[in-house]
Amino acid sequence: MPTHSSVPVAAPFRKLGMPRYHLMIMLGLAAVLSVAPFLLYPILMIKILCFALFACSVNLLLGYAGLLSFGHAAYFGMSSYVAAHAAKVWGLSPELAILCGVGIAVLLGCIFGALAIRRQGIYFAMVTLAFAQMVYFFALQAPFTGGEDGIQKVPRGALFGLIPLADDKTLYWFVLVVFFACLLALYRIIHSPFGQVLKAIRDNEARAVSLGYRVNQYKFIAFVLSAALAGVAGGTKAIVFQLATLTDVYWTMSGEVVLMTLIGGMYTFFGPIVGAALVVLMQNYLASVGDWVTVIQGLVFVACVLLFREGIVGFIASKLKRPL
Amino acid sequence: MANEIILSASGLTKEFKGFVAVDDVTLSVRRGTIHALIGPNGAGKTTCFNLLTKVLSPTAGRIIYNGRDITKMSPANVARLGLVRSFQISAVFGHMTALENVRIALQRRIRGDSFDFWCSERVLSSLHDEAWELITAVGLTEFAMIPARELSYGRKRALEIATTLALDPEMLLLDEPMAGMTQEDVERVSALIKEISQKRTILMVEHNLSVVASLSDRITVLTRGKVLAEGDYATVSKDPRVIEAYIGVPHA
Repeated sequence: MPTHSSVPVAAPFRKLGMPRYHLMIMLGLAAVLSVAPFLLYPILMIKILCFALFACSVNLLLGYAGLLSFGHAAYFGMSSYVAAHAAKVWGLSPELAILCGVGIAVLLGCIFGALAIRRQGIYFAMVTLAFAQMVYFFALQAPFTGGEDGIQKVPRGALFGLIPLADDKTLYWFVLVVFFACLLALYRIIHSPFGQVLKAIRDNEARAVSLGYRVNQYKFIAFVLSAALAGVAGGTKAIVFQLATLTDVYWTMSGEVVLMTLIGGMYTFFGPIVGAALVVLMQNYLASVGDWVTVIQGLVFVACVLLFREGIVGFIASKLKRPL
Repeated sequence: MANEIILSASGLTKEFKGFVAVDDVTLSVRRGTIHALIGPNGAGKTTCFNLLTKVLSPTAGRIIYNGRDITKMSPANVARLGLVRSFQISAVFGHMTALENVRIALQRRIRGDSFDFWCSERVLSSLHDEAWELITAVGLTEFAMIPARELSYGRKRALEIATTLALDPEMLLLDEPMAGMTQEDVERVSALIKEISQKRTILMVEHNLSVVASLSDRITVLTRGKVLAEGDYATVSKDPRVIEAYIGVPHA
C-alpha cells in the first residue's frame, strides 16, 4: 500500500441504515394508507396494495438485479390458484392458504430461476415468458384450477382461525399489515450486503465476476425472493377477491406489472407502488369506457417514457438528487 | 524465489471457425515482474488475454497459475485465487459511489460470499476505514461520495485500480491500462502501476511502447497468433523480426 504523508481524515460517510427521508416517506405512506379506506372503497385499496407488492417483486429483479422477467404472472397466478384451493378445498385459514401459495411460487421460482439465469438480457426475458406460458397451459388443463371458470367462491375464513375476514375493512387492515411487512423486508434485502452485490451485478456484471463474485448464485437468490413476493401478492389477492382465474397467470398480467414498474420508476424503491396505484386507479375509474382503457393505458405509458424516462418517482428522485 | 514462475501457459491455442487467433503460444510469467504482451493489430493479444482471464476457453493448451491448473476454472474462481483482471473500458459500478465501489471488492475479500439478504448494510461499516485508505491512495478523497458514473475518465481508471487493489491480488492482468488516456494520465497511472507492482506480478497488454519500455521487465511479442520474440526491451527492440513485424521490411 502506498503511504501518504497526510493522515486520512475520518470519512464523511452517510449514515448507514434507513435515511431519515425514507423513514418519513414510509410513515407518510402508512398514514395515507390508514386513512384511505375511509375515503375510497377498501376493496379498491386492497387491489392497489396487492399489485403494488407484485410490482415491487418485479422491481427487485428489474431495478436491483437488472433482470427483466416477463413471466412473473406464473408465480402470482399459481400462488393465487394454490391459495384459493387450499382455502376452499382443504379448508385452511387464510394465512396458511397464502403460505401454501408462496410455497408453490418459491418452488416454481427455484426451478425456472435456476434455468433462466443462465441467459442474459432479452433471452432471459424470453425464457421467463416461455416458462410462464407453460404454467398458463397447465392452469388451463389441470383439473383443480377449474379451467375457464377458475376457482370461485373462495372462503375468506378467519385469520388464525380467530378473526373473521368477511368484513372489507378488517380485511383491509390484514392486507395492509402484510403489505408493510413485505415492504420492510424488501427494503432490508435491497440494503443488505447481498443487495450491494446485486446492484454491482446490475451495473457491471463482468466486473462483479472479476472481483470474484459467483454472480449466478446471487441472481438465483434474487429470483426466488422475487417469486416469493409475487406469491404473497397472488395468494392475498385470491383470498381477498375470493377468486383465482386464468387472467392471473396470463402473459398480459406479466406485461402489466412490468408496465407499472416502469411508469413508477424501476431504479426506485417507491416507484412500483406509485405505478401500481396509477394503473389500478386508471383501470377502475375508466372502466366505463370499456376496451379503450387499454388504449389510454398505452398512451399514458408512451407519455411516461417520453416525458420521464426514469418513471415518475425516478424523475422526482433525479430532481431531488436523492435515491427514492 | 525471484525466478519462480507464477503463471504459465503452454501450447495455448484458440481457433474461431477455422481461423487460428492464438497458435501454440507458450508463455511464462515470473513472480514479481511486470511482463508485457505486445504486437501489431490483430496479433492475438486480446484473444490471448481473454484466454488467460478465462473469458474464452482455449481449443488446446494448459494454463497453470501458482502450480494449479486453471484451464477449466470459472472466471470468478480464478479471481478468488488472487489472479485479477482489469478491463479496457473503465469498469466501475456506475450507480454506486466511489467508496461503495471499493467496498464491494473489500466485501468479497474479507466477508467472502454475501448471501445474507436479511442483514443490515451496517455490518459493512467495518470495511469503511480500509476503503477510505484505498480511495485516498489513488487521490479520490474528494470524490468518495460521488456516483462512479459522474467521474472523469482518468478518475474512473484510478477508481478501478483502487477497487482491484482492495482484493489484494497476487497477480494482475491489465488490459491496455493506458488506452484512451491523456499524456498526463498516462504518467500518473504509470507511476501507480510501478508502485503497486512492488509486491505483485503484473501481466499487461499495451500499445503504448514508451510505457512498455519504461515499465516492463520482460516483453513477449506476438504476431499472427504466435510468439515472435521474448526478452527485455533492449533485446526485443533490436530484434530484426520484431522491427519487420512493426514497420515492415526495410527497402534495400
